[in-house]
Amino acid sequence: MLKFENCLYLRLDNENLKNMFDIKHNGVSWIYSDKVKKHFLNPKNFITGKTPRWKFNGYGTSGSAACGDVMRVWILVDAKTQKIKRFGWKTFGCASAIATTSMLSEMILNRGGMNIEKATLVTPQMIIAKLNGLPVKKVHCSVLSDRALKNAIEDFKKNLN
Amino acid sequence: MSKNKHQNKKVSGAKKLVYLDYASTTPTASEVSAAMAPYWSEKFGNPSNLYQIGRIAFDALESARFLVAKNFNCDPSEIIFTSGGTESCNLALRGMAKYFRAGHIITTNVEHHAVKNTADVLSREHFTVSIAPVEKNGIVNLEQIKKLIREDTFLISVMWVNNEIGTIQPIEKISRFIRKENVRRISKGLNKIYIHTDACQAVPYIKIDLSKIGIDLLSFNGSKVYGPKGAGGLFIRQKTPILPIMAGGEQELGIRPGTQSPALAVGLAKALDIISKKRATENIRLQKLRDWLWVKLAKKYPKIIFNGDKQIRIPSNINFSVPGVEGEAMTLMLDQEGIMASTGSACASNDLKPSYVLVAISLSDELAHSSIRLTLGKFTVKSDLEYFLIAFDKVYKKLKIIGT
Repeated sequence: MLKFENCLYLRLDNENLKNMFDIKHNGVSWIYSDKVKKHFLNPKNFITGKTPRWKFNGYGTSGSAACGDVMRVWILVDAKTQKIKRFGWKTFGCASAIATTSMLSEMILNRGGMNIEKATLVTPQMIIAKLNGLPVKKVHCSVLSDRALKNAIEDFKKNLN
Repeated sequence: MSKNKHQNKKVSGAKKLVYLDYASTTPTASEVSAAMAPYWSEKFGNPSNLYQIGRIAFDALESARFLVAKNFNCDPSEIIFTSGGTESCNLALRGMAKYFRAGHIITTNVEHHAVKNTADVLSREHFTVSIAPVEKNGIVNLEQIKKLIREDTFLISVMWVNNEIGTIQPIEKISRFIRKENVRRISKGLNKIYIHTDACQAVPYIKIDLSKIGIDLLSFNGSKVYGPKGAGGLFIRQKTPILPIMAGGEQELGIRPGTQSPALAVGLAKALDIISKKRATENIRLQKLRDWLWVKLAKKYPKIIFNGDKQIRIPSNINFSVPGVEGEAMTLMLDQEGIMASTGSACASNDLKPSYVLVAISLSDELAHSSIRLTLGKFTVKSDLEYFLIAFDKVYKKLKIIGT
Protein backbone atom coordinates (compact mmCIF):
# COMPACT_ATOMS: atom_id res chain seq x y z
CA MET A 1 0.00 0.00 0.00
CA LEU A 2 1.01 3.51 -0.70
CA LYS A 3 2.30 5.59 2.13
CA PHE A 4 3.75 8.94 1.26
CA GLU A 5 4.65 10.72 4.43
CA ASN A 6 5.25 14.07 2.90
CA CYS A 7 1.94 14.26 1.08
CA LEU A 8 -0.14 17.25 1.97
CA TYR A 9 -3.20 15.11 2.54
CA LEU A 10 -1.56 13.00 5.20
CA ARG A 11 -0.74 16.06 7.21
CA LEU A 12 -4.45 16.65 7.65
CA ASP A 13 -4.35 14.09 10.44
CA ASN A 14 -1.89 15.76 12.76
CA GLU A 15 -1.27 19.04 14.47
CA ASN A 16 -0.29 20.69 11.22
CA LEU A 17 -3.96 20.88 10.39
CA LYS A 18 -4.43 24.12 12.26
CA ASN A 19 -1.41 25.67 10.58
CA MET A 20 -2.10 24.35 7.11
CA PHE A 21 -4.36 27.14 6.02
CA ASP A 22 -2.31 29.88 7.68
CA ILE A 23 -1.12 31.17 4.34
CA LYS A 24 0.73 34.19 5.67
CA HIS A 25 2.68 32.07 8.14
CA ASN A 26 3.48 29.34 5.62
CA GLY A 27 4.40 31.86 2.98
CA VAL A 28 7.38 33.16 4.92
CA SER A 29 10.22 33.28 2.46
CA TRP A 30 13.29 31.11 2.34
CA ILE A 31 15.53 34.10 2.02
CA TYR A 32 18.20 34.34 4.68
CA SER A 33 18.91 37.64 6.42
CA ASP A 34 22.18 39.44 5.72
CA LYS A 35 23.38 38.56 9.19
CA VAL A 36 22.79 34.85 8.51
CA LYS A 37 24.62 35.12 5.20
CA LYS A 38 27.53 36.89 6.89
CA HIS A 39 27.94 34.16 9.49
CA PHE A 40 27.41 31.38 6.95
CA LEU A 41 30.01 32.68 4.54
CA ASN A 42 32.52 33.65 7.23
CA PRO A 43 31.80 31.41 10.19
CA LYS A 44 33.59 32.17 13.44
CA ASN A 45 35.30 29.84 15.92
CA PHE A 46 34.93 26.57 14.03
CA ILE A 47 37.55 23.87 14.48
CA THR A 48 39.72 23.01 11.51
CA GLY A 49 41.10 19.67 12.69
CA LYS A 50 39.40 16.63 14.16
CA THR A 51 39.51 18.15 17.65
CA PRO A 52 40.63 21.56 18.93
CA ARG A 53 44.35 22.21 19.17
CA TRP A 54 43.67 23.98 22.43
CA LYS A 55 42.90 22.38 25.79
CA PHE A 56 39.18 21.82 26.44
CA ASN A 57 37.21 20.48 29.39
CA GLY A 58 33.74 20.05 27.96
CA TYR A 59 32.47 18.29 24.82
CA GLY A 60 28.89 17.87 23.58
CA THR A 61 27.04 16.82 20.46
CA SER A 62 23.50 17.03 19.14
CA GLY A 63 21.49 16.15 16.05
CA SER A 64 22.05 13.20 13.77
CA ALA A 65 23.25 12.68 10.24
CA ALA A 66 19.80 11.34 9.38
CA CYS A 67 18.34 14.76 9.99
CA GLY A 68 21.12 16.32 7.99
CA ASP A 69 22.82 18.11 10.82
CA VAL A 70 25.40 16.89 13.29
CA MET A 71 26.74 19.39 15.74
CA ARG A 72 29.86 19.06 17.88
CA VAL A 73 30.89 21.64 20.46
CA TRP A 74 34.04 21.92 22.57
CA ILE A 75 34.41 24.38 25.43
CA LEU A 76 37.09 25.47 27.83
CA VAL A 77 35.60 26.64 31.12
CA ASP A 78 37.63 28.60 33.64
CA ALA A 79 37.02 26.58 36.82
CA LYS A 80 37.47 29.65 39.02
CA THR A 81 35.26 32.16 37.26
CA GLN A 82 32.92 29.54 35.73
CA LYS A 83 33.21 31.47 32.49
CA ILE A 84 33.48 29.87 29.04
CA LYS A 85 36.85 31.00 27.75
CA ARG A 86 36.93 29.08 24.49
CA PHE A 87 34.20 27.71 22.24
CA GLY A 88 34.91 25.54 19.19
CA TRP A 89 32.47 23.73 16.94
CA LYS A 90 32.09 21.58 13.85
CA THR A 91 28.97 20.66 11.91
CA PHE A 92 27.87 18.55 9.00
CA GLY A 93 25.02 20.95 8.61
CA CYS A 94 23.24 23.35 6.36
CA ALA A 95 23.67 27.11 6.04
CA SER A 96 21.50 27.98 9.02
CA ALA A 97 23.15 25.37 11.23
CA ILE A 98 26.50 26.94 10.41
CA ALA A 99 25.22 30.49 10.90
CA THR A 100 23.43 29.83 14.18
CA THR A 101 26.43 28.09 15.73
CA SER A 102 28.79 30.81 14.59
CA MET A 103 26.40 33.35 16.14
CA LEU A 104 26.13 31.38 19.37
CA SER A 105 29.92 31.15 19.65
CA GLU A 106 30.14 34.94 19.42
CA MET A 107 27.39 35.40 21.99
CA ILE A 108 29.21 33.07 24.38
CA LEU A 109 32.70 34.50 23.93
CA ASN A 110 31.66 38.15 23.97
CA ARG A 111 32.89 40.28 26.88
CA GLY A 112 35.37 37.78 28.28
CA GLY A 113 33.12 34.73 28.11
CA MET A 114 29.68 33.87 29.43
CA ASN A 115 29.07 32.24 32.80
CA ILE A 116 28.08 28.57 32.33
CA GLU A 117 24.82 28.97 34.27
CA LYS A 118 23.86 31.85 32.03
CA ALA A 119 24.97 29.89 28.97
CA THR A 120 22.58 27.04 29.75
CA LEU A 121 19.76 29.57 29.59
CA VAL A 122 20.50 30.62 26.00
CA THR A 123 17.50 29.67 23.87
CA PRO A 124 17.23 29.15 20.12
CA GLN A 125 14.96 32.21 20.02
CA MET A 126 17.76 34.36 21.43
CA ILE A 127 20.15 33.17 18.73
CA ILE A 128 17.54 33.69 16.01
CA ALA A 129 16.83 37.21 17.26
CA LYS A 130 20.56 38.03 17.05
CA LEU A 131 20.55 36.78 13.45
CA ASN A 132 17.61 39.03 12.56
CA GLY A 133 15.38 36.01 12.06
CA LEU A 134 15.45 32.65 10.30
CA PRO A 135 12.97 31.13 7.84
CA VAL A 136 10.35 29.29 9.93
CA LYS A 137 11.31 25.92 8.51
CA LYS A 138 14.94 26.32 9.47
CA VAL A 139 14.37 27.11 13.13
CA HIS A 140 15.16 23.53 14.18
CA CYS A 141 18.76 23.99 12.95
CA SER A 142 19.42 26.54 15.67
CA VAL A 143 18.14 24.14 18.31
CA LEU A 144 21.17 22.00 17.58
CA SER A 145 23.86 24.40 18.68
CA ASP A 146 22.31 25.41 21.99
CA ARG A 147 21.67 21.76 22.80
CA ALA A 148 25.23 20.77 21.94
CA LEU A 149 26.46 23.58 24.16
CA LYS A 150 24.27 22.40 27.04
CA ASN A 151 25.66 18.90 26.59
CA ALA A 152 29.19 20.27 26.63
CA ILE A 153 28.46 22.12 29.88
CA GLU A 154 27.02 18.92 31.36
CA ASP A 155 30.17 17.15 30.28
CA PHE A 156 32.30 19.80 31.98
CA LYS A 157 30.36 19.43 35.25
CA LYS A 158 30.67 15.66 35.09
CA ASN A 159 34.43 15.95 34.56
CA LEU A 160 34.67 18.11 37.69
CA ASN A 161 33.27 15.43 39.93
CA MET B 1 43.83 49.62 -28.21
CA SER B 2 43.70 51.12 -24.78
CA LYS B 3 39.94 51.22 -24.99
CA ASN B 4 39.86 47.52 -25.77
CA LYS B 5 42.07 46.75 -22.86
CA HIS B 6 39.77 48.65 -20.56
CA GLN B 7 36.76 46.74 -21.82
CA ASN B 8 38.46 43.41 -21.28
CA LYS B 9 39.26 44.34 -17.74
CA LYS B 10 35.68 45.27 -17.11
CA VAL B 11 34.43 41.96 -18.46
CA SER B 12 36.84 39.90 -16.40
CA GLY B 13 35.92 41.91 -13.33
CA ALA B 14 32.25 41.04 -13.70
CA LYS B 15 31.06 38.06 -11.72
CA LYS B 16 30.73 34.97 -13.87
CA LEU B 17 27.32 33.36 -13.78
CA VAL B 18 27.02 29.68 -14.61
CA TYR B 19 23.61 28.07 -14.84
CA LEU B 20 23.78 24.32 -14.27
CA ASP B 21 20.15 23.59 -13.46
CA TYR B 22 18.54 23.01 -16.86
CA ALA B 23 16.50 20.12 -15.44
CA SER B 24 14.81 22.64 -13.20
CA THR B 25 13.85 24.97 -16.01
CA THR B 26 15.30 26.36 -19.23
CA PRO B 27 15.43 29.89 -20.62
CA THR B 28 12.83 30.44 -23.31
CA ALA B 29 14.57 30.43 -26.69
CA SER B 30 14.53 33.80 -28.47
CA GLU B 31 12.92 32.20 -31.55
CA VAL B 32 10.19 30.92 -29.27
CA SER B 33 9.57 34.31 -27.66
CA ALA B 34 9.46 35.84 -31.15
CA ALA B 35 6.94 33.25 -32.38
CA MET B 36 4.73 33.91 -29.36
CA ALA B 37 4.96 37.69 -29.46
CA PRO B 38 2.06 38.52 -31.83
CA TYR B 39 -0.47 36.44 -29.88
CA TRP B 40 -0.56 38.52 -26.71
CA SER B 41 -1.82 41.95 -27.75
CA GLU B 42 -1.99 42.12 -31.50
CA LYS B 43 -3.68 38.82 -32.39
CA PHE B 44 -5.49 38.52 -29.11
CA GLY B 45 -8.55 36.60 -30.26
CA ASN B 46 -10.30 33.75 -28.50
CA PRO B 47 -9.85 30.61 -30.60
CA SER B 48 -13.50 29.71 -30.02
CA ASN B 49 -14.80 32.87 -31.71
CA LEU B 50 -16.00 32.76 -35.30
CA TYR B 51 -15.04 36.24 -36.42
CA GLN B 52 -11.70 37.11 -37.96
CA ILE B 53 -9.41 37.57 -34.94
CA GLY B 54 -10.92 34.43 -33.42
CA ARG B 55 -10.14 32.50 -36.58
CA ILE B 56 -6.56 33.82 -36.56
CA ALA B 57 -6.15 32.60 -32.98
CA PHE B 58 -7.78 29.28 -33.88
CA ASP B 59 -5.41 28.82 -36.82
CA ALA B 60 -2.40 29.55 -34.60
CA LEU B 61 -3.61 27.08 -31.99
CA GLU B 62 -4.32 24.34 -34.48
CA SER B 63 -1.05 24.88 -36.36
CA ALA B 64 0.72 24.55 -33.04
CA ARG B 65 -1.15 21.32 -32.34
CA PHE B 66 -0.22 20.06 -35.79
CA LEU B 67 3.46 20.87 -35.21
CA VAL B 68 3.50 19.15 -31.81
CA ALA B 69 1.83 16.09 -33.32
CA LYS B 70 4.33 16.05 -36.18
CA ASN B 71 7.22 15.96 -33.74
CA PHE B 72 5.70 13.11 -31.74
CA ASN B 73 4.41 11.37 -34.88
CA CYS B 74 0.82 11.17 -33.73
CA ASP B 75 -2.52 12.61 -34.82
CA PRO B 76 -3.10 16.31 -33.94
CA SER B 77 -6.41 15.40 -32.32
CA GLU B 78 -4.44 13.28 -29.85
CA ILE B 79 -2.71 16.36 -28.38
CA ILE B 80 -4.40 18.32 -25.58
CA PHE B 81 -2.86 21.59 -24.40
CA THR B 82 -2.60 22.09 -20.65
CA SER B 83 -0.89 24.46 -18.23
CA GLY B 84 2.18 22.30 -17.72
CA GLY B 85 3.60 18.94 -16.71
CA THR B 86 1.80 18.75 -13.38
CA GLU B 87 -1.59 19.38 -14.93
CA SER B 88 -0.91 16.85 -17.69
CA CYS B 89 -0.02 14.17 -15.14
CA ASN B 90 -3.07 15.02 -13.03
CA LEU B 91 -5.32 14.87 -16.08
CA ALA B 92 -3.85 11.53 -17.14
CA LEU B 93 -4.20 9.83 -13.75
CA ARG B 94 -7.35 11.45 -12.42
CA GLY B 95 -9.05 11.59 -15.81
CA MET B 96 -8.62 7.90 -16.29
CA ALA B 97 -9.50 7.12 -12.67
CA LYS B 98 -12.70 9.08 -13.14
CA TYR B 99 -13.69 6.82 -15.98
CA PHE B 100 -12.81 3.56 -14.20
CA ARG B 101 -14.25 4.69 -10.83
CA ALA B 102 -12.31 1.98 -8.98
CA GLY B 103 -9.37 -0.29 -9.60
CA HIS B 104 -5.66 -0.68 -9.39
CA ILE B 105 -2.84 1.64 -10.47
CA ILE B 106 0.87 0.81 -10.66
CA THR B 107 3.61 3.40 -10.44
CA THR B 108 7.24 3.61 -9.28
CA ASN B 109 8.96 5.05 -6.22
CA VAL B 110 10.92 7.68 -8.15
CA GLU B 111 8.05 9.52 -9.88
CA HIS B 112 7.85 13.29 -9.87
CA HIS B 113 5.51 14.78 -7.26
CA ALA B 114 2.95 15.38 -10.01
CA VAL B 115 2.42 11.63 -10.36
CA LYS B 116 3.46 10.51 -6.88
CA ASN B 117 1.06 12.76 -5.00
CA THR B 118 -1.77 12.30 -7.51
CA ALA B 119 -1.47 8.53 -7.04
CA ASP B 120 -1.46 9.12 -3.29
CA VAL B 121 -4.69 11.11 -3.51
CA LEU B 122 -6.30 8.38 -5.62
CA SER B 123 -5.25 5.74 -3.08
CA ARG B 124 -7.45 7.58 -0.60
CA GLU B 125 -10.41 7.23 -2.92
CA HIS B 126 -11.58 4.02 -4.53
CA PHE B 127 -8.24 3.02 -5.93
CA THR B 128 -5.41 0.82 -4.84
CA VAL B 129 -1.92 1.94 -5.75
CA SER B 130 1.11 -0.32 -5.95
CA ILE B 131 4.60 1.07 -6.11
CA ALA B 132 7.31 -0.71 -8.05
CA PRO B 133 10.70 -0.05 -6.46
CA VAL B 134 13.64 0.87 -8.66
CA GLU B 135 16.95 -0.97 -8.56
CA LYS B 136 20.02 0.59 -6.98
CA ASN B 137 20.90 2.15 -10.32
CA GLY B 138 17.62 4.09 -10.35
CA ILE B 139 15.96 2.00 -13.05
CA VAL B 140 12.78 -0.01 -12.59
CA ASN B 141 12.88 -3.67 -13.51
CA LEU B 142 10.01 -4.86 -15.71
CA GLU B 143 9.75 -7.98 -13.54
CA GLN B 144 8.83 -5.78 -10.56
CA ILE B 145 5.95 -4.31 -12.55
CA LYS B 146 4.84 -7.71 -13.84
CA LYS B 147 4.59 -8.96 -10.26
CA LEU B 148 2.24 -6.14 -9.31
CA ILE B 149 -0.29 -6.51 -12.15
CA ARG B 150 -3.75 -7.50 -10.93
CA GLU B 151 -7.03 -8.29 -12.61
CA ASP B 152 -8.35 -4.82 -11.88
CA THR B 153 -5.19 -2.95 -12.93
CA PHE B 154 -6.12 -0.29 -15.44
CA LEU B 155 -3.16 2.10 -15.41
CA ILE B 156 0.61 1.96 -15.21
CA SER B 157 2.39 5.28 -14.81
CA VAL B 158 6.18 5.29 -15.18
CA MET B 159 8.26 8.38 -15.82
CA TRP B 160 10.47 8.21 -18.89
CA VAL B 161 13.45 10.05 -17.43
CA ASN B 162 13.99 10.78 -13.76
CA ASN B 163 14.29 14.47 -12.98
CA GLU B 164 16.88 14.09 -10.22
CA ILE B 165 19.27 11.37 -11.31
CA GLY B 166 18.56 11.43 -15.06
CA THR B 167 18.10 7.68 -15.42
CA ILE B 168 16.06 6.43 -18.37
CA GLN B 169 13.26 3.98 -17.58
CA PRO B 170 12.60 1.05 -19.93
CA ILE B 171 9.38 2.51 -21.32
CA GLU B 172 9.59 0.65 -24.63
CA LYS B 173 10.16 -2.66 -22.89
CA ILE B 174 7.23 -2.04 -20.53
CA SER B 175 4.93 -1.00 -23.36
CA ARG B 176 5.87 -4.04 -25.47
CA PHE B 177 5.10 -6.34 -22.56
CA ILE B 178 1.81 -4.62 -21.76
CA ARG B 179 0.73 -4.79 -25.40
CA LYS B 180 1.15 -8.58 -25.31
CA GLU B 181 -0.41 -8.81 -21.88
CA ASN B 182 -3.41 -6.81 -23.08
CA VAL B 183 -4.13 -9.32 -25.87
CA ARG B 184 -4.21 -12.04 -23.23
CA ARG B 185 -6.36 -9.95 -20.89
CA ILE B 186 -8.92 -9.05 -23.51
CA SER B 187 -9.29 -12.72 -24.46
CA LYS B 188 -10.01 -13.41 -20.79
CA GLY B 189 -12.60 -10.65 -20.66
CA LEU B 190 -10.47 -8.32 -18.52
CA ASN B 191 -9.99 -4.62 -19.21
CA LYS B 192 -6.97 -3.31 -21.02
CA ILE B 193 -4.07 -1.81 -19.07
CA TYR B 194 -3.18 1.71 -20.19
CA ILE B 195 0.27 3.26 -19.88
CA HIS B 196 1.01 6.83 -18.91
CA THR B 197 4.52 8.25 -18.99
CA ASP B 198 5.71 11.56 -17.62
CA ALA B 199 8.11 12.54 -20.40
CA CYS B 200 8.85 16.11 -19.33
CA GLN B 201 12.53 15.34 -18.72
CA ALA B 202 12.80 12.94 -21.66
CA VAL B 203 11.63 15.14 -24.53
CA PRO B 204 14.79 17.25 -24.76
CA TYR B 205 17.02 14.17 -25.15
CA ILE B 206 14.96 11.26 -26.47
CA LYS B 207 13.29 11.16 -29.86
CA ILE B 208 9.77 10.00 -29.22
CA ASP B 209 7.86 8.30 -32.03
CA LEU B 210 4.36 7.58 -30.79
CA SER B 211 3.46 5.56 -33.88
CA LYS B 212 6.06 3.00 -32.81
CA ILE B 213 5.75 2.95 -29.05
CA GLY B 214 2.63 1.63 -27.35
CA ILE B 215 2.03 4.39 -24.84
CA ASP B 216 -1.50 5.66 -24.29
CA LEU B 217 -0.80 8.85 -22.38
CA LEU B 218 2.30 11.05 -22.44
CA SER B 219 2.86 14.26 -20.47
CA PHE B 220 5.23 16.96 -21.66
CA ASN B 221 5.81 20.64 -21.00
CA GLY B 222 7.42 23.83 -22.26
CA SER B 223 9.54 24.71 -19.27
CA LYS B 224 12.16 21.98 -19.88
CA VAL B 225 12.49 22.45 -23.64
CA TYR B 226 13.37 26.15 -23.90
CA GLY B 227 9.68 26.91 -24.29
CA PRO B 228 7.35 29.00 -22.13
CA LYS B 229 6.59 28.09 -18.54
CA GLY B 230 2.90 27.48 -17.91
CA ALA B 231 2.56 25.55 -21.16
CA GLY B 232 2.18 21.80 -21.32
CA GLY B 233 0.49 19.06 -23.21
CA LEU B 234 -0.92 15.60 -22.86
CA PHE B 235 -0.91 13.03 -25.63
CA ILE B 236 -4.03 10.90 -25.38
CA ARG B 237 -4.11 7.99 -27.80
CA GLN B 238 -7.34 7.51 -29.73
CA LYS B 239 -9.99 5.63 -27.76
CA THR B 240 -8.21 5.98 -24.42
CA PRO B 241 -11.00 6.44 -21.89
CA ILE B 242 -10.35 9.70 -20.08
CA LEU B 243 -12.81 12.15 -18.54
CA PRO B 244 -12.25 15.85 -17.82
CA ILE B 245 -11.22 16.66 -14.27
CA MET B 246 -12.47 20.25 -14.49
CA ALA B 247 -15.95 21.31 -15.50
CA GLY B 248 -16.21 24.04 -18.10
CA GLY B 249 -16.54 24.68 -21.80
CA GLU B 250 -15.96 22.55 -24.81
CA GLN B 251 -12.35 23.53 -25.43
CA GLU B 252 -9.78 20.81 -26.12
CA LEU B 253 -12.54 18.32 -26.98
CA GLY B 254 -14.08 19.06 -23.59
CA ILE B 255 -11.26 17.17 -21.90
CA ARG B 256 -9.50 20.34 -20.77
CA PRO B 257 -11.98 23.20 -20.58
CA GLY B 258 -10.91 26.85 -20.43
CA THR B 259 -9.93 29.36 -23.10
CA GLN B 260 -6.71 28.16 -24.67
CA SER B 261 -3.65 30.38 -24.94
CA PRO B 262 -2.59 30.50 -28.59
CA ALA B 263 0.63 32.25 -27.54
CA LEU B 264 1.65 29.48 -25.16
CA ALA B 265 0.63 26.75 -27.61
CA VAL B 266 2.63 28.38 -30.39
CA GLY B 267 5.62 28.75 -28.08
CA LEU B 268 5.45 25.15 -26.90
CA ALA B 269 5.19 23.85 -30.46
CA LYS B 270 8.05 26.01 -31.69
CA ALA B 271 10.25 24.93 -28.79
CA LEU B 272 9.56 21.24 -29.44
CA ASP B 273 10.29 21.74 -33.12
CA ILE B 274 13.66 23.37 -32.42
CA ILE B 275 14.55 20.64 -29.91
CA SER B 276 13.71 17.88 -32.41
CA LYS B 277 15.97 19.39 -35.05
CA LYS B 278 18.96 19.87 -32.76
CA ARG B 279 18.54 16.89 -30.47
CA ALA B 280 21.02 14.46 -32.05
CA THR B 281 23.96 16.87 -32.28
CA GLU B 282 23.20 18.50 -28.94
CA ASN B 283 23.11 15.10 -27.22
CA ILE B 284 26.62 14.32 -28.45
CA ARG B 285 27.92 17.73 -27.39
CA LEU B 286 26.36 17.52 -23.93
CA GLN B 287 27.54 13.99 -23.33
CA LYS B 288 31.13 14.98 -24.16
CA LEU B 289 30.96 17.89 -21.71
CA ARG B 290 29.25 15.87 -19.01
CA ASP B 291 31.69 12.96 -19.28
CA TRP B 292 34.63 15.34 -19.17
CA LEU B 293 33.31 16.80 -15.92
CA TRP B 294 32.52 13.33 -14.56
CA VAL B 295 36.08 12.09 -15.12
CA LYS B 296 37.58 15.26 -13.61
CA LEU B 297 35.42 14.98 -10.50
CA ALA B 298 36.05 11.26 -10.06
CA LYS B 299 39.80 11.76 -10.36
CA LYS B 300 40.12 14.72 -8.05
CA TYR B 301 37.63 13.59 -5.39
CA PRO B 302 37.80 9.80 -5.19
CA LYS B 303 35.28 9.75 -2.31
CA ILE B 304 32.48 11.23 -4.41
CA ILE B 305 29.61 8.85 -5.12
CA PHE B 306 27.80 9.21 -8.43
CA ASN B 307 24.07 8.60 -8.27
CA GLY B 308 22.05 6.75 -10.91
CA ASP B 309 23.10 4.36 -13.66
CA LYS B 310 26.28 5.48 -15.40
CA GLN B 311 25.19 4.43 -18.90
CA ILE B 312 21.40 4.48 -19.02
CA ARG B 313 20.95 8.19 -18.36
CA ILE B 314 20.34 11.37 -20.29
CA PRO B 315 23.52 13.09 -21.51
CA SER B 316 23.04 16.30 -19.52
CA ASN B 317 22.64 15.01 -15.97
CA ILE B 318 25.27 14.40 -13.32
CA ASN B 319 24.21 13.76 -9.73
CA PHE B 320 26.73 13.03 -7.03
CA SER B 321 27.12 12.94 -3.26
CA VAL B 322 30.04 14.48 -1.45
CA PRO B 323 30.53 12.65 1.87
CA GLY B 324 30.82 15.01 4.81
CA VAL B 325 29.54 18.08 3.02
CA GLU B 326 25.93 19.19 3.38
CA GLY B 327 24.07 19.93 0.15
CA GLU B 328 22.22 23.12 1.02
CA ALA B 329 25.36 24.76 2.36
CA MET B 330 27.18 23.59 -0.77
CA THR B 331 24.62 25.04 -3.19
CA LEU B 332 24.41 28.32 -1.29
CA MET B 333 28.19 28.72 -1.33
CA LEU B 334 28.28 27.82 -5.01
CA ASP B 335 25.64 30.50 -5.52
CA GLN B 336 28.06 32.98 -3.98
CA GLU B 337 30.51 31.97 -6.71
CA GLY B 338 27.80 32.53 -9.33
CA ILE B 339 27.01 28.87 -9.88
CA MET B 340 23.40 27.73 -9.93
CA ALA B 341 22.90 24.07 -9.06
CA SER B 342 20.42 22.04 -7.04
CA THR B 343 20.57 19.57 -4.17
CA GLY B 344 18.57 16.64 -2.80
CA SER B 345 19.35 17.69 0.74
CA ALA B 346 16.51 17.82 3.20
CA CYS B 347 17.65 21.21 4.41
CA ALA B 348 16.77 22.66 1.04
CA SER B 349 13.32 21.09 0.86
CA ASN B 350 10.05 22.28 2.29
CA ASP B 351 9.36 19.18 4.34
CA LEU B 352 12.95 18.87 5.62
CA LYS B 353 13.23 15.32 4.32
CA PRO B 354 15.98 14.16 1.96
CA SER B 355 15.09 13.46 -1.66
CA TYR B 356 12.88 10.36 -1.90
CA VAL B 357 14.51 9.53 -5.22
CA LEU B 358 17.93 9.25 -3.59
CA VAL B 359 16.44 7.26 -0.73
CA ALA B 360 14.80 4.98 -3.33
CA ILE B 361 18.19 4.12 -4.81
CA SER B 362 19.30 3.00 -1.33
CA LEU B 363 21.48 6.00 -0.62
CA SER B 364 21.97 6.60 3.10
CA ASP B 365 20.28 9.67 4.55
CA GLU B 366 23.67 11.23 5.06
CA LEU B 367 24.68 10.82 1.43
CA ALA B 368 21.29 12.06 0.24
CA HIS B 369 21.93 15.17 2.32
CA SER B 370 25.27 15.59 0.57
CA SER B 371 23.96 15.35 -2.96
CA ILE B 372 24.24 17.87 -5.73
CA ARG B 373 22.65 17.80 -9.17
CA LEU B 374 24.19 19.50 -12.17
CA THR B 375 22.25 19.58 -15.41
CA LEU B 376 23.86 21.01 -18.51
CA GLY B 377 22.05 22.62 -21.41
CA LYS B 378 22.08 24.65 -24.57
CA PHE B 379 24.33 27.46 -23.28
CA THR B 380 26.76 25.33 -21.27
CA VAL B 381 30.31 25.44 -22.60
CA LYS B 382 33.50 23.86 -21.38
CA SER B 383 34.75 27.03 -19.70
CA ASP B 384 31.64 26.99 -17.51
CA LEU B 385 32.58 23.55 -16.26
CA GLU B 386 36.20 24.57 -15.77
CA TYR B 387 34.94 27.48 -13.70
CA PHE B 388 32.64 25.15 -11.79
CA LEU B 389 35.57 22.91 -10.86
CA ILE B 390 37.53 25.85 -9.47
CA ALA B 391 34.56 27.15 -7.47
CA PHE B 392 33.59 23.68 -6.31
CA ASP B 393 37.07 23.03 -4.99
CA LYS B 394 36.93 26.22 -2.95
CA VAL B 395 33.51 25.38 -1.50
CA TYR B 396 34.43 21.75 -0.91
CA LYS B 397 37.54 22.64 1.07
CA LYS B 398 35.74 25.25 3.14
CA LEU B 399 32.80 23.02 4.10
CA LYS B 400 34.98 19.97 4.58
CA ILE B 401 36.97 21.86 7.21
CA ILE B 402 33.83 22.91 9.07
CA GLY B 403 32.27 19.47 8.77
CA THR B 404 34.91 16.82 9.42
